[in-house]
Amino acid sequence: MSRIRYTRRFPAAVMVVGLALAASACGGEAADTTAAVPAASASSAQLNPNADLSKQSVAISVWPGYTPEDLPAKVKSKLGLDLKVALHDTNEIIMAKLTAGSDTGFDVAFVSGQYAQALNEAGLLEPIHPELIPNLANLYPEAKELAYDKGNTFSVPYTWGTTGICYRTDLVKTPPTSWNDILDPPAEALKKVTMMTTERWLALPAIKALGYSVNTKSDDEIAKVKAKLLEAKPKLLGYDDTTFGDKLKSGEAVMVEAWDGWCPTTEKNIKFVVPKEGSDLWVDTMVVLKSSKNKEAAHAFINYILDPEIHGWAAETILYKVPNKAAMDSIDPALKAANAPLQMTPSQLLEGESIVDLGEDSVKFTRLATEVSAK
Amino acid sequence: MARSTVSGAPVKSQARRSRALGRLVFLGPGLTYLIVLLLVPLALLLSYIPFRRGRFGGIVYELTGENFTRLIDPLYLDVVLGSLKIATIATVIALLVGYPTAYLIAQLPRKWKTIALVAIVLPFWTNFLVRIYAWIILLSGPGLVNSTLMDLGLIDKPLELLYNQGTIITGLIYSYLPLMVLPLYAAIEKLDPQLREASANLGARPARTFLSVTLPLTLPGVITGCLFVFVPSFGNFVVPELLGGGRSIMVGNLIRDQFLKARDWPFGATLSLALIAVLIVLLLLQAWSARRA
Repeated sequence: MSRIRYTRRFPAAVMVVGLALAASACGGEAADTTAAVPAASASSAQLNPNADLSKQSVAISVWPGYTPEDLPAKVKSKLGLDLKVALHDTNEIIMAKLTAGSDTGFDVAFVSGQYAQALNEAGLLEPIHPELIPNLANLYPEAKELAYDKGNTFSVPYTWGTTGICYRTDLVKTPPTSWNDILDPPAEALKKVTMMTTERWLALPAIKALGYSVNTKSDDEIAKVKAKLLEAKPKLLGYDDTTFGDKLKSGEAVMVEAWDGWCPTTEKNIKFVVPKEGSDLWVDTMVVLKSSKNKEAAHAFINYILDPEIHGWAAETILYKVPNKAAMDSIDPALKAANAPLQMTPSQLLEGESIVDLGEDSVKFTRLATEVSAK
Repeated sequence: MARSTVSGAPVKSQARRSRALGRLVFLGPGLTYLIVLLLVPLALLLSYIPFRRGRFGGIVYELTGENFTRLIDPLYLDVVLGSLKIATIATVIALLVGYPTAYLIAQLPRKWKTIALVAIVLPFWTNFLVRIYAWIILLSGPGLVNSTLMDLGLIDKPLELLYNQGTIITGLIYSYLPLMVLPLYAAIEKLDPQLREASANLGARPARTFLSVTLPLTLPGVITGCLFVFVPSFGNFVVPELLGGGRSIMVGNLIRDQFLKARDWPFGATLSLALIAVLIVLLLLQAWSARRA
C-alpha cells in the first residue's frame, strides 16, 4: 500500500514541478500551440535496422519510480543490451544536463512535452525513426495529435493526463461541474476548497472559467484572472499542491483542484471530474538525443517500453494513463473500474488544452502567482 | 640546567609551532567542513547575482543590475517586510514566554533542573515536519480541538484555527521556543544570586532589581535567544506553507519558488543575499552587545 502510494505520488510530485517549469520555460519565439518544425530532421542520421545491439548500451534519465525497478534486467534479457538508469527529480535538472555540453552521455531522456519541444528547437534531438519502433502501432491515434509534436516526429509519449476537481461525494450537495464551483464554492464547501500553488495550475480554474486560453499572454486577460483569483481567495481553505488528497480524505476539504493521477479515487466517497469549461492536457515523453552513439539501441529501448507489458506497468503502478491502447486494454478491469481517471478516453483527454511554454512571457504567471499568494 | 637555558629559544619556538599545529589539527576538520560545504556553495550562489536568468534555470552570462532593482519592487518588498513582521512577533512572544520559563528552571534544585532542560529539548527528538503536521491534526476543521469543543457543546461549527497568519506565528514559536529558553537559562544560571540579594538589601523592590540588575546582566542571553528564534523564523518556508495553507508567503517561500518554480536563479540568489545581509547586521548587533556586557 505504502509502496503504491509512494510510486504513485512521488513521480507525480516531481513531474508536476517539472511540468510547471516546463510550462513556463521555453523561449519566446515558438510559444504558440503549434509544434515547431523538427529542426533535426534535415540532418537525421542514417540508422541501420540490423545493427548488432549487443555491442551497444543505452543510458537513460527518468523520474524516480517512473519505470519498473528491474527494467535493466528486463532490457538485458529481452534486447541483450546494457541499460544504465540515471534519475532526475525535475525537468529542470535534466534540461540543465542536456543543454550543458555537446555529448551528454545520455541516449534517451524522459521529459515533459513542452521540454521536448524546446530541446528539438535547440537542435538536440534525433528525429524518431518510426521504422525502428514497430510498437508505435500500439499507441492511440490521438497520441499522434499532441500540440507540441504532431505526428511524434521527435518524441514518443509515455504518460498523459489532465487537471480537474476531486471531491467528496458525501460532503457536497451537488457534484461540481464547473471551475466556478471551486472559485465560488456553495455554502457547504465554503473555506473547504483548495487550489494549486504552482503558477499555471493556480491560474487554470480562473482562466477556464473566464473562457481564456491556458496559454494566454494577454496582460488584460491575466489582470482579470488575477482579480478572479483574489476574489476566490477568502473563500478557500488554502493553496495546496501536495497534500490535497489527504485533506480530502480527512474531510478538512470537500473539493480540491487536482491532477487526475493524484485524486485518491480508490476511496469510496471520492470522485474526479473535468469541469465543463475544459482543462489542460499534460504529456511526459521519451526523446532520443542527437549526441547518442547508440541510436539503434535507443530506438529498440523505446520500442520495448511501448510493449503493453512494460507500458501497462506505469498505468497499473503509478495509476497514470498511458497513451498505449494495447497497454490500457491489458490492465486489470477491476483497477480501471475503481479509478475513474483511468477510464478517461483519449478523445476526452485531447479536449484538454496543451500547456505550452510561454517563453519570456512566463514571468507574467510567476508574478501573478506571487501577487495572489502575497495579498 | 645550563643546556636547557642555552636551547631555551628554539624550545620555545618549537613549543609555539607545536601549539599552532595542535590548533590546526583541532580546527582543521571544522574549518574544512565550513569552507567546502558552506562558503564555496554560498560564493557560487552569490556569483549568480549580476547575471540574467537562463531559459531552463541556470544563468546566462550577461551582466544586469535588474535583480537589485527588483528587490525594491513593492510586491517583493511587502513579502520581505511581512516576513520581518512575522519573525519579530514570533521572537517577542517567544521571549515573553521563554524568559520566565528559563528563570524558573534556573531556580530549581539541581535534579529538577536537568529534568526540566531535557523536557525543553524533548521536541527535537522528533522530526520537525512531523511536529508541524501534528498541529494540522490538532487544529484542522475536523481536528481534535474543534471536535472536542463541538462534543462539549461549546461551539456549533468548527472554528477557523488553521491557515492564517496567527497559525504561522504559533508554529514558529512552537518550533523555536527551546532555542530561546536554552541561552536564557545559561545566562540566568550564571548570575550570582548575591547580586540580587545585594540589590534587595540596598532597598530595591523586586521589579527594580529585575530591571536594573537581572535583565542587564542576562541581556547577552536575551539577544542570543532572540537571534536563535528570529533567524530561522525569518527564512522559514515550511511553516507558512503547511500551517499557513499557502495563503501568505514569506521570503523563504519566495526564494524557494525562484529556484524551483520560476527558474530565476539570479533573483533567488539576490533575495538570499538580502536575507543574509539582514542576518549579518543582527549578528553584528549581538556581537557588539556581548562585548559591551
